[in-house]
Amino acid sequence: MELLNNLALGFATAGTLDNLFYCFVGVLLGTLIGVLPGIGPLATIAMLLPATYKMTDPTTALIMLAGIYYGAQYGGSTTAILVNLPGESSSVVTTLDGYQMARRGRAGPALAIAAIGSFFAGTVATFLVAAFAPPLAEIAFKFGPAEYFALMVLGLIAAVVLAHGSVLKALCMVLFGLLLGMIGTDVNSGVARFSFDIPELSDGIEFVAVAMGMFGFAEIILNLEQKENREVFTNKVTNLMPRWDDFKQAFPAILRGTGLGSVLGILPGGGAILASFASYAIEKKISKHPEEFGQGAIAGVAGPESANNAGAQTSFIPMLTLGIPTTPVMALMVAAMMIHNIQPGPQVMTSNPKLFWGLIVSMWIGNLMLVILNLPLVGMWVKLLSVPYRVLYPAILLFCCIGAYSINNNVFDVFMTIPFAILGYIFKKLDCEPAPMLLGFVLGKLMEEYLRRAMTISRGDWTVFFTRPLSATLLVLAIILLAVVFLPAISKKREEAFVGDD
Amino acid sequence: MQIKNHRDFWAGILFIVTGILFMVLSRQYQLGTAAKMGPGYFPTILGGLMAFLGLLVLLPSFKGPKVEVSKIDIRMILFVLVAVAVFAFALPKLGMIAAVFLLILIASMASHEFSLKTTLISAVVLLAFSWLVFVKGLELQFPFLPPFLTN
Repeated sequence: MELLNNLALGFATAGTLDNLFYCFVGVLLGTLIGVLPGIGPLATIAMLLPATYKMTDPTTALIMLAGIYYGAQYGGSTTAILVNLPGESSSVVTTLDGYQMARRGRAGPALAIAAIGSFFAGTVATFLVAAFAPPLAEIAFKFGPAEYFALMVLGLIAAVVLAHGSVLKALCMVLFGLLLGMIGTDVNSGVARFSFDIPELSDGIEFVAVAMGMFGFAEIILNLEQKENREVFTNKVTNLMPRWDDFKQAFPAILRGTGLGSVLGILPGGGAILASFASYAIEKKISKHPEEFGQGAIAGVAGPESANNAGAQTSFIPMLTLGIPTTPVMALMVAAMMIHNIQPGPQVMTSNPKLFWGLIVSMWIGNLMLVILNLPLVGMWVKLLSVPYRVLYPAILLFCCIGAYSINNNVFDVFMTIPFAILGYIFKKLDCEPAPMLLGFVLGKLMEEYLRRAMTISRGDWTVFFTRPLSATLLVLAIILLAVVFLPAISKKREEAFVGDD
Repeated sequence: MQIKNHRDFWAGILFIVTGILFMVLSRQYQLGTAAKMGPGYFPTILGGLMAFLGLLVLLPSFKGPKVEVSKIDIRMILFVLVAVAVFAFALPKLGMIAAVFLLILIASMASHEFSLKTTLISAVVLLAFSWLVFVKGLELQFPFLPPFLTN
């Protein structure tokens, strides 16, 4: 019954005119940037973060930012199906069968199934968040500094394992991020570390500048290097309604995708992208007609699309209950909370129940808006795709610069994006994934702080991490994860799983 | 010994150098003890670990199939990043109108299908949009007109 009361509070909060409006703005913007290749939810949320200063209610701000994130999952599939380009990194696999369906004149059913699957997954995942967040937060209250440190180690290791490419390089990237996080004033001693007497650096490097440089700008430069050819199926979207046997094939895939996505979304670093890949692999494996995959199999659209939306939703669980961001997007959500003086963690649920439940319910409302909004508006989104990239990227660049400037009303943060753009570009050229680095960067200072506290309490005894049962469990899990990926048999499988993900 | 995997080789070098750099820089801060960690403690550990793992990335790069680093196009990087830098310089000195125009113009030149007409049109549209959304709508603080005119 408590769950119902909580959900009622959530509906009351999310249902206010203001919140409904910003939820709508969020999902609309999310769909827009999801449709457009070359700009992702990360850069968009980073851009809009400063704008939320103005909002009096942090709930409204979070509702809008969350809408951008899961809205992008919907939008990404439209581009994947119609243009064979992943509008969003999590819709890479949708291009495989979705585009083939479009080529056979079945773009409508592909779009409809993707939207229905996403909505179903979003609904289930919202309930999962509502049901599992409170008990998890209970456990989190038992966490001391040692447990938090162990949890972050586990989180970072999981992010490394789930990132594609070399595990060793990903580990280095995490360390790189942690080191960058050290820049700025040390809270314990007041020493400004690695700041080279630059006053702006004593507050540390702005996360938004790092994210924009490494993801936004580096991506633009890389896109410009490839002169792409687009073939858009704009006029062929006629009959949206899937056939009955489409439903029969798609529904089990939607169910499996939802389950898989919900579980993988909770894991750090995985989120929506991994979920969609895993779902595609499973659908292909258990299908009676695996040869149809890659030729326009509807299960190959339904499964991954459900999985990525479920994953996007459940990746909120660790952020809401533990206050630990597991993906770069969640790190921005944490930043949005901090702007409004809310310390993320298990206490949010009790100290800000309106924010907590309002956000959860808004995700369901947002999903409903998306499914209603998307199908009739497909034509409009497709028109957007005819905007050539040469017009698009200067605009993206401009909005990012404006966003970076308005964090502190200071051009220093705009300048800071430049070295990170170069770094991001170099890393891409050397096959190093930037996402683990960004996570390390976010967690750096927190991790050091918890390590210090744990070690002070234990009087310098390192075994404290293994004598406390919760912390020991988490660390053992991290070690097992790491050991497993270095086993030759598994590492080969892992490579297979990420094949085609470029 | 011959470098086979150039991507791994340079990544390894990058990680080793950065790791050592952070270790050296940390020497100016107090190390402290495990029970009472100084500001230099954690970065030193991280830097050391990174340099070590960087070595593990580097060593296998002398074996296996040849992997080159794909071509680097300096022109694109320069146009895009100079556009950003010019925007940052111009905004406080010349105001937003000039900064937006300069950014769009320089950035557009990076494309292989640059056209002055579309660039100018999109600059005007984007300027109007930015003014409406960021200055009027979100009320962000921007020097819109050149500061030497308003003072």
